[in-house]
Amino acid sequence: MPVDLSQFHQTFFEESFEGLGVMESGLLALIPGNADAESINTLFRVAHSIKGGSSMFGFTTITEFTHVMETLLDKVRSDECPVTQGSVDLLLQSVDFLRNMLAAVRDNTGHDAERGGRLREQLEEILENGNRVTASPVPRKTEAAGAGDAARGWHIKFRPHRHLLTTGNDPLPMLRELSLLGDLDVSIDVSRLPRLQDLDPEACFLGWDLMLHGAIPRTQVAEVFEWVESDCDLEITPIDRNTLQANTRPTVVPIQSADPALHASRFSAPATGPAPGAVEGYTVVERRKNPSAGDASSIRVNIEKIDALINIVGELVITRSMLSQIGEDFAASKIEKLRDGLIQLARNTRELQESVLRIRMLPISFSFNRFPRFVRDMSQQLCKKIDLTLSGEQTEIDKTVLEKLSDPLVHLVRNSLDHGIEVPAVRKAHGKDETGRVHLHAYHQGGNIVIEVADDGAGLNKEKILKRAREQGIVGEREALAEDRIHELIFQPGFSTADTITDISGRGVGMDVVRRNIKDLGGSIEIKSDEGLGSTFAIRLPLTLAILDGQLVRIGRYIYIIPLVSIVESLQVAPKCVSRIAGKGEIYKLRAEYLPIIRLYQVFTVVPDSERIESGILVVVEDDGQRAGIYIDELLAQQQVVIKSLETNYTRVPGISGATILGDGTVALILDVPGVVELSRNLVPGGFRTDIHEVVVKAA
Amino acid sequence: MNLEQQLNETTQRMPTAAGQYLTFVLAGTEYGVDILRVQEIKVWDTATEIPNTPEYIRGIINLRGTIVPIVDLRKRFHMEAVAYTSTTVVVVLKVKGAGGERTMGFVVDAVSDVYNVTVEQIKAAPDFGTSVSTEFVKGLAAVGDKIVILLEIDQLVDTAVAMAEQAVTH
Repeated sequence: MPVDLSQFHQTFFEESFEGLGVMESGLLALIPGNADAESINTLFRVAHSIKGGSSMFGFTTITEFTHVMETLLDKVRSDECPVTQGSVDLLLQSVDFLRNMLAAVRDNTGHDAERGGRLREQLEEILENGNRVTASPVPRKTEAAGAGDAARGWHIKFRPHRHLLTTGNDPLPMLRELSLLGDLDVSIDVSRLPRLQDLDPEACFLGWDLMLHGAIPRTQVAEVFEWVESDCDLEITPIDRNTLQANTRPTVVPIQSADPALHASRFSAPATGPAPGAVEGYTVVERRKNPSAGDASSIRVNIEKIDALINIVGELVITRSMLSQIGEDFAASKIEKLRDGLIQLARNTRELQESVLRIRMLPISFSFNRFPRFVRDMSQQLCKKIDLTLSGEQTEIDKTVLEKLSDPLVHLVRNSLDHGIEVPAVRKAHGKDETGRVHLHAYHQGGNIVIEVADDGAGLNKEKILKRAREQGIVGEREALAEDRIHELIFQPGFSTADTITDISGRGVGMDVVRRNIKDLGGSIEIKSDEGLGSTFAIRLPLTLAILDGQLVRIGRYIYIIPLVSIVESLQVAPKCVSRIAGKGEIYKLRAEYLPIIRLYQVFTVVPDSERIESGILVVVEDDGQRAGIYIDELLAQQQVVIKSLETNYTRVPGISGATILGDGTVALILDVPGVVELSRNLVPGGFRTDIHEVVVKAA
Repeated sequence: MNLEQQLNETTQRMPTAAGQYLTFVLAGTEYGVDILRVQEIKVWDTATEIPNTPEYIRGIINLRGTIVPIVDLRKRFHMEAVAYTSTTVVVVLKVKGAGGERTMGFVVDAVSDVYNVTVEQIKAAPDFGTSVSTEFVKGLAAVGDKIVILLEIDQLVDTAVAMAEQAVTH
């Protein structure tokens, strides 16, 4: 009864990828010439378990490749082979290749066999050299088992007893298993077959002569017959030259000659055919059956979190039984108890909610862990000396956010390495340590998670940025900008100050994408930079995509929520600072800046308390570096709100990003700030923003 | 139309047209919807208005944590608006549209009854030309001495949402 192994494939892939991650970080931590035994052991274990798993599932290419890696690591472990920079590099490449190979097997696509062959040769070369160095040739695994004639294979004489089938054993799977070990020639012995009228359908009359070709340890062959040893006559003899010659073309007894009623052909068919082909066909079918097994997104959850959840649910059950007990014979005197019970229920449900949200949270190390390797490779490529430090890797963040964060982070780190850190000579000339430092740091700050990418490189060159911005016409000739506004310029699409475009970066299609990605996640990005001392990019993200910090605002009888991240400040309007352009667009002079005023009641066609601008509040919002003042009646509370989609049951509404349910059960709409700005532009024909921009430039 | 097409049409219609219908009243006329689509019937309560949407979208409500849009059926059918009374209810229906299954509420004057409607009782709606739009009418059912207008609810919502989307882009 073959077990359907394909159901375990997903687990195997997950574990293997995880193992490769461990292996990678282990290899990076390895100091050539002074290998610590424990880390070598870890590496060995990973290689071993991938090898074991892949052979179980019949992914032979992976098995063969990992076997070579494992052998090398085994040598290293037993001090027969020294750890050199070369071997570490090679092993890292092998890890990469293995990862590709696993992905290829999972997605059922091809992989670069040539590269695999090359890597294998290199690994084997190191193995050979290692042997020579230590002068203690350890025999290669498979050949080791039995020297000489066993390498050719085995001749197996298998004569099951009549009652074999009644013991619950079936010869067919055994033959199939043998065919997995090597080329198998099968001939059936039908001499014991009685006449049809004497045939007992539940008895086994057949016997087999099997020729198994290949270097296979005897134990493996014997293992196949382990369960039937006492129920059959079994002879396993090595194939010698004579038997080989005699049996190269085994005469398959023509099945037709036996009684056709036997359906003996059913038994022999899979084994008599070319065995490897049959096996291949078998697995291919299995894979096709399950092509998308690897696509299903899953999450590995720490058992502690599950335990906490179970505890809370347990408490919830206790609270429920307490409440239902109160409810059964309720009296006014029990009202105090009821209130306590309800408080407890509220606490339980809140804890439950928090714990459930925590299941989706993963430590940010899942994203950080790729960087040591990345920095190592990049610094070699760039000929720079770079030290990477990580901190706060255990900070947890929503899985969705984490996945979408990877690309922006890679980009920022790449920028730091390429543009930030200088080459050793320049660093020395500036009196800095030759080795540049890049620091990745994650921490929580008031309901947000902050991820910093800091380097001690050259920092942003303000003059150069400004000059380039003027050349590209992003900034006017005589326009003066504050320091942080200059830094902001690097987020402009197509902006690059790099003198040469390398294959690493410099095309100017990066930072705007980074900022857009982070914005899509509901976050923001800040730059701190000191010329000559380095720069820090801080990404600020909400802990989860489902919850947002909002400012409740009121217009007439309507309540809207403005996301707190887009609010710069809120202020009472001084009428003298308001002016009109062409009698239409209103602008507000805020310190040195001119903001367009968006009267939200006009955009949303609702009735406000008052249309007189000084009686309301102006909320200054910012999006993509563009600021605007949204005019509302009153500011209400600030609170965290759970975002609910409007699109589930309705459709997208411009200016609205979603809805939420307030404490009293009513629904409030969440403003989509860029959408509102867009709507207000269409409100006035021709749009007043362009006018304002010109005025601003003139005023400056 | 040949016989085969006719046969196909009737067999396709049969399982959907016959069955139990929940009826409600709008301006004195009874309308029926497939009872299997009815999720619940709610008393009218305030809804949060959505800016810049067609008038017949009354707004959105919180239905046990999901946001459900409310359609005023009188306004949708361009009938005369009346003040909501104590019998005014919201019929919450599950509707299948281009964007998958949606839950939407419909404000009606009052709920009326549940009828078993057989295929024989259902007649096709007459063609009024352009004067009366019959695209959301599945058919007319004679129940006793009354006429019940059976609504094609999916049609109704698809056009409603499409119109809302159109209102947005203009």
